[in-house]
Amino acid sequence: MSNKLAVKWGLIIAILLGSLYLIYPNYKWYSKPLAEREKLDTLGERPKRMLNLGLDLRGGSSLLLELDVSKLSAKEPLNEAMARAVEIIRNRIDQYGLAETQITRQGDKWIMVQLPGVSNPQRAEELIGKTAMLEFRIVKNDTTAAQKALEKIENTEKPFDDNGILIPEIAKLVPEGYQIMRNKDGGYSVVTAEASVTGADLENARVVMMGENGYPEVSFSFNAEGSRKFGQLTGANIGKQLAIVLDNTVQSAPVVQSRITKDGRISGTFTPEEARSLSIVLKAGALPAPVKVIEKKTIGPTLGEDSIKSGLSASFYALVVILLFMLIYYKAAGFIADCALLLNFLFTVAIMSYFSATLTLPGIAGMILSLAMAIDANVLIIERMREEKLLGKPVYEIINLGYDKAWSAIFDSNITTIIVGACLLQFGTGPVKGFAVTLIIGLTVSLFTAVFVTRAIYELILTSNTKEISL
Amino acid sequence: MMLKLLPKTNIDFLKYRKVYYTLFALVLIGGVICFFTKGFNMGIDFTGGTMVQVKFDAPVEMSVIREALSATGAESELQSFGDHSFAISEKSTSSEVGVVQARIEKALDTLNVPYTVLMTNSVGPAVGENMTERALWSILLSLVFIIIYVAFRFSNILWGVSGVIALFHDLFVMLLAFSLTQREIDLVVVAAFLTVAGFSINDTIVIFDRMRENIHLHPKMKFGELINLSINETLSRTIITTLTVIFAVVILYAFGGEVINSFAFAMLVGCISGVYSTIALTTPLVYTWTHGELNDGSQAAYNKTAVKQTAAVKREEAAAEGYAPKKAVTKIKRTRRNRK
Repeated sequence: MSNKLAVKWGLIIAILLGSLYLIYPNYKWYSKPLAEREKLDTLGERPKRMLNLGLDLRGGSSLLLELDVSKLSAKEPLNEAMARAVEIIRNRIDQYGLAETQITRQGDKWIMVQLPGVSNPQRAEELIGKTAMLEFRIVKNDTTAAQKALEKIENTEKPFDDNGILIPEIAKLVPEGYQIMRNKDGGYSVVTAEASVTGADLENARVVMMGENGYPEVSFSFNAEGSRKFGQLTGANIGKQLAIVLDNTVQSAPVVQSRITKDGRISGTFTPEEARSLSIVLKAGALPAPVKVIEKKTIGPTLGEDSIKSGLSASFYALVVILLFMLIYYKAAGFIADCALLLNFLFTVAIMSYFSATLTLPGIAGMILSLAMAIDANVLIIERMREEKLLGKPVYEIINLGYDKAWSAIFDSNITTIIVGACLLQFGTGPVKGFAVTLIIGLTVSLFTAVFVTRAIYELILTSNTKEISL
Repeated sequence: MMLKLLPKTNIDFLKYRKVYYTLFALVLIGGVICFFTKGFNMGIDFTGGTMVQVKFDAPVEMSVIREALSATGAESELQSFGDHSFAISEKSTSSEVGVVQARIEKALDTLNVPYTVLMTNSVGPAVGENMTERALWSILLSLVFIIIYVAFRFSNILWGVSGVIALFHDLFVMLLAFSLTQREIDLVVVAAFLTVAGFSINDTIVIFDRMRENIHLHPKMKFGELINLSINETLSRTIITTLTVIFAVVILYAFGGEVINSFAFAMLVGCISGVYSTIALTTPLVYTWTHGELNDGSQAAYNKTAVKQTAAVKREEAAAEGYAPKKAVTKIKRTRRNRK
């Protein structure tokens, strides 16, 4: 064996071993029973570099959220607000105890939340949907102007328009420096327009199961800055009502008995679940602006199972038929092409595992198509070899000319298809992206396996002084 | 002994180019008529709307479900796919996601037959619009990049444009098939369209590659003969490759389950159209557009339409001199000088 050939084979074997090493965690993981996998999942002991199954294959939900950018503070740039929103939603979902969730920004103002294994995302939706804007305002219901405004609003059927803005007839009655807010338990309150203390100054929040009036409550504590501000606010307003406002609704309005600095409580008629959600969202922080669900997909676990079964078995049969066809039609050369094809499959899975890529059904289709392209590369080479063989050339020349002449066509066709794949990756979403990723990886790998590896195999055969190869 | 599907062929593919062009025109006209009369069944990925797939525990008549649904006052489409399973979909422009789903489930509850929700999909209109935009952009951009790449690799914009016209043909045929069968076009189907585009251009490139090589080998051969030679020489490869892809796609179509089914259907139609269009559109168009040079050698015909004075052309020419017999090279040089 020449030195050059030895280096080639060393490289191929090294890559093969590396791939097997990368694929092994997949094998180990997916051979465990489902219950054990779920347990390990929640413990966070799932291997990092592993092929993930998409929602269409394992069941789950995805939510696409839109941030209401019109309600963003003018001070915060969009990119920063989006990054913060993604972070806050991640915090909220994480505390809810779900494994392997994916929260990613999509486009300008969209956030994609993927929840594998969750077939009813209602709870998650509630967690995400809360803006969790906590504010403290002083109530001033007792002036005549305030009484007039309250009277008017009680007798108006629809005081707020579709965008949640108070209609002008009532707005003009509200005293300067104040605004009207809805009470959680019905009715309205006139409160200060400015909120000097907000949830941004919170340090912690937790549930108190038995509150003073028998309902669960949420207790919270301020950080140093919050304590100072809250002390000022309560110290200056002893004897007045303090409104605890969450997402523009007055939760409760206790009378300030003394100056309070560090701790406080939100009481109301919460269920234990509501109190828990509230403490989670308070701790995670307020969203920069409200979000709205604009797309929701759920796939039940049984459907996922069915689709993976039919998709995988069909792909498997397709592969077997192609392998057999090549073997019968091209004999030895077909066998070599088949080897390259199997390596292509192995390397593609290894690369996807390394990047922890997600395999979806369209992804499997993309893989099959890249395998078909790999077959085409070998067909091009073998057909060229046949042409040279018919001219009666010696075997080493047949092989060299076959590769040399087929190369430009293989290269050009792979590159053009990769270009299409790149366009899909750039503009596609979800399923289309999954397709593009496997297609691009598969095609890149096929340039290596279908050309480099097969040629190394032929060269290895030639070293044993072979006179003829069946094509 | 070599196993061969095809004996060595010598078919005059260009002879029937008027027939191909007529067929192409018919496809275009038929397509336009079809699009305006039948239109497309766009999936809710693009239109926005809600789809709920449920499975009942016991048999339920479709008419009963339909009645329960229409009692809610909305226009739902009902589709059965065996095993007491149904898909209920509603295209809507309402911006509120989840409302329609709740209404559909409420209607199904009135039937008093237990059911499980297999799958739901609610898409807001803004998302649908965005998807349509993205899909169109990815198709358009792919086509532009393909023209640029082919023009660059073959130093000839004409060849790139011919390849892309064939791509349009394939896209048109697939859209026509989806319009006629009223199959739903969803995101996955768009991915199939683009894959077919990739395959079709793949076929084109294999033949162009052979033409490029043959021009160097036989610079004096008539251009038409050279094109026919190139198609015939690569015909065996074209058929084998197409067959393997069609094998794979047919199996996916038959056994791949519903998600893959539409994808495979598009691929099947597109692959067949792709092979046809390469042989019957791309190369005849290249031939027709270089018609004035037919009595010259192929090299001269190629040069006529090539992007001149680029580094790539010079490289090609240098390569051509290497391949071609001495006499022929001087002849080409003279032709070029004469033109100047």
